[in-house]
Amino acid sequence: MSDGPLSGVRVTEFTSAWAGPYATCLLGFLGAEIIKVESRQRVDHARLVSFTTSANFTNPDQSPVFNSLNLNKKSVCLNLTRPEAVEIAKRLAKKSDVVVENMRPGVIGRLGLDYPVLQEVKRDIIYLSSSSCGQTGPHRKHVGYAPNFASAAGLSAVTGYPDWTPSILSGAIDLRSATAAAFAILAALLCRERTGEGQYIDLASQETIVMLNASPMMDYLMNQRVQTRKGNRDEIDRMAPHNCYRCRGEDHWISIAVANDREWRALCGAMGKPELAEDERFAAAEQRSLNQEELDRIIGDWTRSRDDYELMRELQRAGVAAAPSLSNEALFKDPHLEERGTFVQVDHPHLEKDWVLSPPWRLSETPASIRRHAPSLGEHSQPIFEQLLGMSPGEIEKLMEEKVIY
Amino acid sequence: MASKALDGFRVLEYCGTRSGPYCTKLMADLGAEVIHVEPPKTGDDTRRSPPFPGDVPDPEKSGLFLYLNTNKLGITLDPREPRGKEIFERLASDADVLVEDWSPGRMEELGLGYESLRERNPGLIMASISPFGRSGPYQSYQAYPLNISHIGGQGYGLPLPALDLERAPTMIGGNCTEFDPAVTTAVAVLAALYSRGMTGKGQLIEVSMQEAVLAMQRVEAVIFANGGEAWGRRMPRRERLITLMFPCKDGHIVLVAPLDHQWEALMKLIGNTDWFEQRDSREPGQRAEDPEAMIELIGSWMEKHTREEICSRAQALSCPIAPINTPEDVAHSEQMTERGIFVEMEHPAAGRTRIPSAPYHFSKTPWALGRAAPLLGEHNEGIYCERLGFDRNELRDLEDAGVI
Repeated sequence: MSDGPLSGVRVTEFTSAWAGPYATCLLGFLGAEIIKVESRQRVDHARLVSFTTSANFTNPDQSPVFNSLNLNKKSVCLNLTRPEAVEIAKRLAKKSDVVVENMRPGVIGRLGLDYPVLQEVKRDIIYLSSSSCGQTGPHRKHVGYAPNFASAAGLSAVTGYPDWTPSILSGAIDLRSATAAAFAILAALLCRERTGEGQYIDLASQETIVMLNASPMMDYLMNQRVQTRKGNRDEIDRMAPHNCYRCRGEDHWISIAVANDREWRALCGAMGKPELAEDERFAAAEQRSLNQEELDRIIGDWTRSRDDYELMRELQRAGVAAAPSLSNEALFKDPHLEERGTFVQVDHPHLEKDWVLSPPWRLSETPASIRRHAPSLGEHSQPIFEQLLGMSPGEIEKLMEEKVIY
Repeated sequence: MASKALDGFRVLEYCGTRSGPYCTKLMADLGAEVIHVEPPKTGDDTRRSPPFPGDVPDPEKSGLFLYLNTNKLGITLDPREPRGKEIFERLASDADVLVEDWSPGRMEELGLGYESLRERNPGLIMASISPFGRSGPYQSYQAYPLNISHIGGQGYGLPLPALDLERAPTMIGGNCTEFDPAVTTAVAVLAALYSRGMTGKGQLIEVSMQEAVLAMQRVEAVIFANGGEAWGRRMPRRERLITLMFPCKDGHIVLVAPLDHQWEALMKLIGNTDWFEQRDSREPGQRAEDPEAMIELIGSWMEKHTREEICSRAQALSCPIAPINTPEDVAHSEQMTERGIFVEMEHPAAGRTRIPSAPYHFSKTPWALGRAAPLLGEHNEGIYCERLGFDRNELRDLEDAGVI
């Protein structure tokens, strides 16, 4: 048992890729026991390929992508095209509080493991299905990865430069869907604690992204105005200056945002240009907003020969919100993240020591934790089937030979 | 069966950004009673944030405020005043959860830090969201969403592809940078409530916005650390032929085809029979000898078709293509309309508008709009008189003193 707040909660998952696995990974950080059902017959592509770097992993147990998204979990192999395997999966569900799947809508039903079936097995089961467009509606069968549903949800259209194409958004979008899924599961779990009843949750990834695009959506719904891309400019609070400026070195940048006259005077002082604070083109927020291009030119000329981190320290001392734009190399070397232990190394049998990110919260009493590396494919078939389901070693061996446990 | 998943939980919200308010909105929408504490007279800063109907600013009509405050109760209170502080303590004694997003140390300055509040309410779960967390060299630094998007690693990789490295990286669109930490926090709050049900103990949850934004990139963020290339603006993405965007007749589409059968479906979609004929002469898995020529060929097919034509034909072949939708397209989406994603809301000041609902559809405790966002101080009487037992005269006195 873990020390986490979800200690004692058991989750069985039939998920692959990123959005499904990270939802349960979050629950695992918080102490839940996660049993991942997978199969050699159809290996999770996160074990095989990195969409980010396009690296292929020859061994399914050597993927850092899979490791990042499946920490703390146990893996059992079940070839769900076989009825005997489906029966075993039902027995896992019977011992679980939560079931999560993210197959293409309709598939889990054909396998005989959908909510009505598992509800028969375990009356108060909480069952979440995560899919691109949801389980209902004309697009329910549509396939889509994170860049697809981010663009369908309207977020790509509002990300990027105003005078350029929309921006593709990558796998980080999946993790947003996953976080919303974890929230929904826990709400259902709290509801079960009070009422004794489980339920089904149909989560659509594209809808999770629509909810994060609230300001442009509300502008359309209230005013029929179609917002587009604004680069780094701010149209919510009309802050100016509000941009990312080139610094010394190769591809180094600093973001600077000014919300009021006090911060503006502080910036002028830090730049050694107190006369700018008196310049009527920039005297009040409204003028600064109207004259942003000129403002950006002046600030950019000043930052260009300076170091991004020195600028941050200097501007923060003066009371101006400034922070560099960090690449993954810069993030790894950032002193603040280092002091907070945001990147941690996990022992891994095939990757030796793999760097991963720590859980994103600090809980004072029941800490979230990384207790072990992601499982090898089928690593826990034997112990789970024996100890949890009470199967005999002989029975397990036979089912392995028959490629049911496979 | 209860009508809402989080019925019975009491949440107190005292916030200055949109992260805490979005966190509590998620809970209010699922049935928790959320009391939003606003400064007397001026109200929450978000009341001054656009969009406004007809672009006419009005503190009761901010679209962002209306969205963030569905299903909440609203009171005004100044905890800096001694009597205000006392009232706040009483409210916190009654609460299961307190969410705040002020700079680290502010609550302690007010005498309302976790250590003091827990004395009166050991079961209290307090969530503190701040730009950089409550430890480390940047803990006192200030940051707006722009800064967080960039120092959280999200901005640097955008736009994608970055065809011109002379231009600055950009922040992600919409409200992601403030809402990501909110959803992240909400997960831990519910887990802590679950744990409290077992042990009776509350706790303090600390969330750094930088880390919460970074958490969304947990796969990309460790590539350099693990000996890979610095992933970012300079990757030669187009050679990989996995994720591509194309202009088409009425906008753009995004293709993601990591698997071979998806690529074959794409070749079928654009009618590239040569590709199938030449299959044997290529390396296994090789998609094109000349990636740029292939991109051009696909592009020339795309530009003759509309998003709708491309997507419906591609999806029939199981090829993952989606349109780049504008907010307008989303608001009229047949799929989302059928799923009830936009609901009618009637608000006493703002009138009737549609607002987004929720992305999770619960079979037994569905999302519902119980009430629209509160008017400034709308529930003062209900909370102060009916719950805390003040009489009307005391209420007026507190109002006159600027406490509420």
